[in-house]
Amino acid sequence: MKFGIVVFPGSNCDHDAYHVAKHVAGQEAVFLWHKTTDLEGVDAIILPGGFSYGDYLRAGAIARFSPIMKEVVRFAKAGGPVLGICNGFQILLESGLLPGALLRNESLNFVCKYVHIRVENTDSIFTRSLFRGQILRIPVAHGEGNYYADEETIQELEGNNLVVFRYSTDAGEITRACNPNGSVNNIAGITHPTLNVLGMMPHPERCAEDILGSSDGLGIFHSLIRWYRSSAAEAAKEEQCLET
Amino acid sequence: MPVYNARIIVTLRSSILDPEGTAIEHALHELTYTSCTNVRVGKYITMNVEAESEENAREILDQACRKLLANQVMEDYSYTLEETEREPA
Repeated sequence: MKFGIVVFPGSNCDHDAYHVAKHVAGQEAVFLWHKTTDLEGVDAIILPGGFSYGDYLRAGAIARFSPIMKEVVRFAKAGGPVLGICNGFQILLESGLLPGALLRNESLNFVCKYVHIRVENTDSIFTRSLFRGQILRIPVAHGEGNYYADEETIQELEGNNLVVFRYSTDAGEITRACNPNGSVNNIAGITHPTLNVLGMMPHPERCAEDILGSSDGLGIFHSLIRWYRSSAAEAAKEEQCLET
Repeated sequence: MPVYNARIIVTLRSSILDPEGTAIEHALHELTYTSCTNVRVGKYITMNVEAESEENAREILDQACRKLLANQVMEDYSYTLEETEREPA
């Protein structure tokens, strides 16, 4: 499987994502400069964390107009998996691939620490190797991670089970105290009804090896690889049917 | 073509809590300015817009605000326009 990691000026988690895809998960990985419109035949795209364009105007507001983003939107609309992590999530919201916005943290502080999130949706391409209710120990590092959307949008997300992760205690309880930024309903990550776009504030690429204190983030990469293998097997089967 | 100077203000929607505004309000109250309430913080952007008419300039600005300068999920915008100079014919 080939991962494409988009590099914007100011991205700073691009190498971590590349490292996990290539050296930990053992897959092919390439960097895609934001000015390119050639996705180099990748099977999945990661919009990494960082401070694209210095967060000028609003986090993600300028990055969404980078030349590559038109191709990323096209790729996602054709069913390709797109994972936006932290600043990548902010870019997904600004580009309209996912609904809502990320406000300044309620505390006004930049929050950088390990948190727990509960897996709510295991239908998405990114969470199929996880189980519902599973608790992941995973770091967050952001100043604008306070997920907000109008009531109607929240109802739509909740009603269609599109909330993928929620901030929780280590026992899986959803409490106000374990919400690091003030997000509505403790929302930490959401997906699209087509299940191939995931935006999340926590950083799975920073916790994919035991030596780093947690390898809980690896499950997201493994889910993607599992999806890829099953869709490749399906394509091969289809080809065989056509031949015979 | 006339050139208009635009002063644009982008603020969080009134339905959204503004913790920065609240923190400033607390500080003002500490300074005994307790008559200052409902403090909100926003962004101030100025620019020149070359357009055939004021109406045309407003069209351009509305588009720019909606597409880029304000995220209408969470922000409102407003602006004032003033003609600054006219290029010699």
